[in-house]
Amino acid sequence: MTTTLEPTNNTEEVGAVESFTVTMQVRRYQPEFHEEAYWDTWTIEMYGTDRVLDALHKIKWEIDGTLTFRRSCAHGICGSDAMRINGVNRLACKVLLKDLDLSKPVTVEPIKGLPVEKDMIVDMEPFFQSYREIMPFLIADESREPTRERLQSAEARERFDDTTKCILCAACTSSCPVFWTDGQYFGPAAIVNAHRFIFDDRDEGGDMRLEVLNDKEGVWRCRTTFNCTEACPRGIQVTKAIAEVKQAILARNI
Amino acid sequence: MQVHKYDVVIVGAGGAGMRAAIEAGQRARTAVLTKLYPTRSHTGAAQGGMCAALANVEEDNWEWHTFDTVKGGDYIVDQDAAEVMAKEAIDAVLDLEKMGLPFNRTPEGKIDQRRFGGHTRDHGKAPVRRACYAADRTGHMILQTLYQNCVKHNVEFYNEFYVLDLLMVEEDATREDGTPYKQKRVAGVVSYELATGELHIFQAKSVVFATGGAGKVFKTTSNAHTLTGDGMAIAYRHGIPLEDMEFIQFHPTGLAGLGILLSEAARGEGGILRNADGERFMERYAPTIKDLAPRDIVARSMANEVREGRGAGPNKDYVLLDLTHLEPEHIDAKLPDITEFARTYLGVEPYTEPVPVFPTCHYVMGGIPTDIEANVLQDNDTRIPGLFAAGEVACVSVHGANRLGTNSLLDINVFGRRAGIYAAEYAKDADFVDLPENGENFLVNQIESLRSAEGTEKVGELRAELQEVMDANMQVFRTEESIRLAIDKIEELRERYKNVAVQDKGKRYNLDLLEGLELGYLLDIAEAMSVAALHRPESRGGHYREDYPDRDDENWMVHSMLYRDENAETEGVKGIRFDTKDVVMTRYEPMERKY
Repeated sequence: MTTTLEPTNNTEEVGAVESFTVTMQVRRYQPEFHEEAYWDTWTIEMYGTDRVLDALHKIKWEIDGTLTFRRSCAHGICGSDAMRINGVNRLACKVLLKDLDLSKPVTVEPIKGLPVEKDMIVDMEPFFQSYREIMPFLIADESREPTRERLQSAEARERFDDTTKCILCAACTSSCPVFWTDGQYFGPAAIVNAHRFIFDDRDEGGDMRLEVLNDKEGVWRCRTTFNCTEACPRGIQVTKAIAEVKQAILARNI
Repeated sequence: MQVHKYDVVIVGAGGAGMRAAIEAGQRARTAVLTKLYPTRSHTGAAQGGMCAALANVEEDNWEWHTFDTVKGGDYIVDQDAAEVMAKEAIDAVLDLEKMGLPFNRTPEGKIDQRRFGGHTRDHGKAPVRRACYAADRTGHMILQTLYQNCVKHNVEFYNEFYVLDLLMVEEDATREDGTPYKQKRVAGVVSYELATGELHIFQAKSVVFATGGAGKVFKTTSNAHTLTGDGMAIAYRHGIPLEDMEFIQFHPTGLAGLGILLSEAARGEGGILRNADGERFMERYAPTIKDLAPRDIVARSMANEVREGRGAGPNKDYVLLDLTHLEPEHIDAKLPDITEFARTYLGVEPYTEPVPVFPTCHYVMGGIPTDIEANVLQDNDTRIPGLFAAGEVACVSVHGANRLGTNSLLDINVFGRRAGIYAAEYAKDADFVDLPENGENFLVNQIESLRSAEGTEKVGELRAELQEVMDANMQVFRTEESIRLAIDKIEELRERYKNVAVQDKGKRYNLDLLEGLELGYLLDIAEAMSVAALHRPESRGGHYREDYPDRDDENWMVHSMLYRDENAETEGVKGIRFDTKDVVMTRYEPMERKY
């Protein structure tokens, strides 16, 4: 992805931020007013540090207030604004416009595999349902709790570090072709969150979780397409985590 | 309209709300209402750590932590509350570990601790390692861990249910000395379901407000778009005072031009602030603890460097955070997220280049007054039975005029927990308060008139103008003149707000409409902040008046209390009554604040 645009105004001035025009092509779904989804296109002027989210805000705040999307923190930590940008799942707040090919329109669509409610807003409930099913909490015998903290070596802590980064944005799950065709599949995010506990040496619920994930809608549906790893805005090695959970199931011979 | 009945209703699902929910949920029938999804709240953006005197890596004790908190808050901290927080900090951290939080560990396997601004050993002698952390995503791990435990305890969530009003009644009551007064009581809340546009009434014996801060009053802020002061403004509109609203924290290291937070942990791990000449300028402002001075001092020092022409960059409008002397492996292990922010958003490689930074609006020290049991007060000391508040929306007050880094993650855990426990205990013995007749009408009318308004003003434009004027006039340096400019602009915007229209006329997920309502809250809060700032002619903590550069303990060692009152006027602004409240002192006499 390279910048191929010409600056549209004079950037000679010291410190001036480069500006450029960008065409945003946005998938709209407004069921109260139109039965079918459709595309809207806007051409707007944006600046060097602007992200796709800034472009959507500019449209919403200055041109069309009906454009609807979730967002909160705007710097990639809250997980609200996962969407399909130029055909791949990204957080709108982490994609800089200048990093896209702006000679063509930037397409923005809702993430796939979850019911679309309005514009970019999808029903997240099925996603969180899968998450809840893998028992995403530390399971440990409270009667053996020490008065101070449990000890854990730095190495043991490191073992599951990668999967603690998950922000539940659904970019991975909604990039998975298996999830698109089979909404019952737990999906990568739920498995990532199971991994976070299965490989935490303080946790004693591993067998229960592995049993859940050994289900026909569990890890074995994964076809290692790597879409999830590519989609993760937190850089989690999602496919690797899924593979490790598969190996754990085999090793424990459930 | 649907009516739901719960013993305890918690508004907000950030750290304070979910910590409260874990306690209340195990004791009473509890519902959590959030305008987002639970893991979207801005607790998740907190990075550096949570302080507690565990003494895992060096000598420390809660009394030192209390002192640092009081001094950091420029002595306007209520010391009884600070003692509670510093004492309970230790269990708060251990509780999180038991809930599963993956803290970084020492070689012995204990929770690791690192340095943070203003946290010192033995009353200011040297920085101390007190901040417990999980890389530079401690807030993320706290938010996730609390949500995980809410799932474990089957806490009932109403996601994307935006609470827009409190249902309150007033009863005639008599004080001990025989004077009559109006006792406020809470009956429940009114909530707007985003998916459908329907209103829901939640009747509750106890209501906990944990709605967070109001950073979006400013343009340059580390805060989420959703932090629009809702809870504060709703309480304020019901005659509940707002305490210490002039005290706003500007975090020193926001990414220049963007405001995105780079944790103080960067300096805790050895990062250094430099001006355009490469000078480590904090040596001049805080010779003992330098870059680890409290945030108000560092932010002001940075702004001063820029003002005096020593800023870096083509416009000399920022300073530099230098991490280049740190080992890349160390940066990767301790500060992975913030270095990625620098790469993603500014294209700067922190291994080899210093990062452009400038102060960003970060935290509101003031808020809804509570006592140490998280009970909301309707004046200086009268509780509102059943109404609780915790976290940034509340002012207990543990942060005084300037919050120390990490003390907000601590605050939400300590006082969130307390709010949950006391709310559930209150609900055990209390009866439901009858819902006020047609109590939702005000809101119904407000929503319908905004939805159908044909005005010419746009929400986005008014909000942008508000944020510009606040950045320009209410930031780290203030004068009577600058604050007046802000107030005049806010009054103009309030007039124009009456003529605002939204474009989305639908019911489903009408976020356009919500932004219109949020703007109303922002205007109320901006006005309260500015009037309080104008009314305090001294400099203390985050409130720095260039026309009154000294702290004035004789006259202003008090909390400010602002009330909405249509018969009153403060600083020429109609409808605001000003009062003061004494600061609780236990063991620390005010001293000059040097670092």
